[in-house]
Amino acid sequence: MSAEDALPVAAAPRPRRRQARREVIYRHSVLVRITHWVNVVAAALLLMSGLQILNAHPRLYWGADGADADRPWLEIVALNPDSDRPSGVLRVAGRQIRATGLLGVSKAKDGSWSDVAFPRWATLPGVRDLATGRRWHFFLAWVFVINGLIYPASGLAGGHFRRDLVPTGRQLRPASIVKDIVDHIRLAHPVGEEAKRYNVLQKFAYLAVVFVLLPLMVLTGLTMSPGIDAVAPFLLNVLGGRQSARSIHFITADLIVLFVLVHVVEVFIAGVFNEIGSMITGRYTIRTGKGS
Amino acid sequence: MRRSQLSRRALIGAGAAAGGLALAGCDRLTASPSFQKFISGGQDLTFHAQRLLLAGQPLAREFPRSMLSRVFKSNGTSMPGGDDYKALLDGGFAAWRLVVEGLVARPSQFSLADLRAMPARTQITRHDCVEGWSCIGEWTGTPLGHLLRIVGLSPRARYIVLRCADDLDNSLDGSGLYYESIDLFDAFHPQTILAYAMNGHALDPAHGAPLRLRVERQLGYKQAKYVMRIQAVDRMDKIQGGKGGYWEDRGYEWYAGI
Repeated sequence: MSAEDALPVAAAPRPRRRQARREVIYRHSVLVRITHWVNVVAAALLLMSGLQILNAHPRLYWGADGADADRPWLEIVALNPDSDRPSGVLRVAGRQIRATGLLGVSKAKDGSWSDVAFPRWATLPGVRDLATGRRWHFFLAWVFVINGLIYPASGLAGGHFRRDLVPTGRQLRPASIVKDIVDHIRLAHPVGEEAKRYNVLQKFAYLAVVFVLLPLMVLTGLTMSPGIDAVAPFLLNVLGGRQSARSIHFITADLIVLFVLVHVVEVFIAGVFNEIGSMITGRYTIRTGKGS
Repeated sequence: MRRSQLSRRALIGAGAAAGGLALAGCDRLTASPSFQKFISGGQDLTFHAQRLLLAGQPLAREFPRSMLSRVFKSNGTSMPGGDDYKALLDGGFAAWRLVVEGLVARPSQFSLADLRAMPARTQITRHDCVEGWSCIGEWTGTPLGHLLRIVGLSPRARYIVLRCADDLDNSLDGSGLYYESIDLFDAFHPQTILAYAMNGHALDPAHGAPLRLRVERQLGYKQAKYVMRIQAVDRMDKIQGGKGGYWEDRGYEWYAGI
């Protein structure tokens, strides 16, 4: 690491002889950092316990009802589960995708085949246990919801959304959006003043996750509860019925997983230590010069 | 103040430790009874939150006949074993009596004809299995609240326990006999009925003949089939496994509103 890394936080960027200049900015407030990491743990375990629950009936339907006699739009099945060579299949919208080893059937620790929709390493707990999976899921759901209420409360109060996440007028110009898309494809990351704020694609992604996907996850989850359906039947109207809500719950979870994958890849491209470090300490190093 | 520096090693170490903890640790945590109790706190929170929200006793959604499921899945037992049930079935349940006992002023027995002569409620509702699937069916039966008023519930009674004819474990000592329980909040809800008819016909063995519970704001395992006996009790710890139901004794939550 170079000497520039030791630059004091509060100091204004001083002119330097070399072209590679760095500036440390305070990027993430302590509430953002805490809620971020609580969310990481809760979301990961919610996903795993959710797959445990899905394994009890790995078929998805549209509408109010749906069971064995009805046509699912997605199902995971094990073919010849009791034979020496079982195969796992994902059927979605009329297509059949072979996924032996991952979906439908997978190898247990002792090497034997086991006909579970999602493999044991992906579920919580690791054995087939719907009751415990539900207990985990609903415990984590409370953690997720409470954490998820603290974040926007602090975001609204502290101006985090307005300051950091709402795109500026300049960012919303078509030319600017096109430039951002091209930059993303080229994996070119901004430096200097541009690096101090999120670009427009980042802002859209974060806003979509915070205000669309995560709330949708909670609402579709609540709609699956027969108790909540009696309290708030409009949820059934909005989401198209309980089985539709279950399907949307699954699709939304997939979109969140997709976001996390892109997010983590971007963190690695942008500088894994600077990025993860900034989400722990709050301090983020940006390059102010063009030379480095 | 200096910028805190995270070494590469520390970061990778922390990441690996966190990942390892998540994968291996959760199963170990799951095995610990005190941790189980801790995460069960989530369910307690759910129960109290739902009871608060349901304080006005809203009804579960009722559907038009056009939305009845083509096939209503039968889960768990579809034909109870044993000669006693077979004899009752062969006799068209003429010899069957619903026994109501426990903390009641007038312990009683009711035949199917007695129940049919009482005020009835018909409702087309969605049945949600804990596994994830749903079916819509039409149920006709006697409101449980009506029956409890006839027998005169003791002020000490807190739960209504339903003892059933099916033994999912085929146990010899009766430890596998199905049973369920609800509290008075749900017992007196207008949609909580003892159903003797489904989709306009007498209940068939696959769906719980001659009588099953419908407690519409909870999951499928609460909808006890083959009900033989109803007990009003003040506590459940001395009944079967003590958790208030067959599946509850096997790890599932007593409150199944979610």
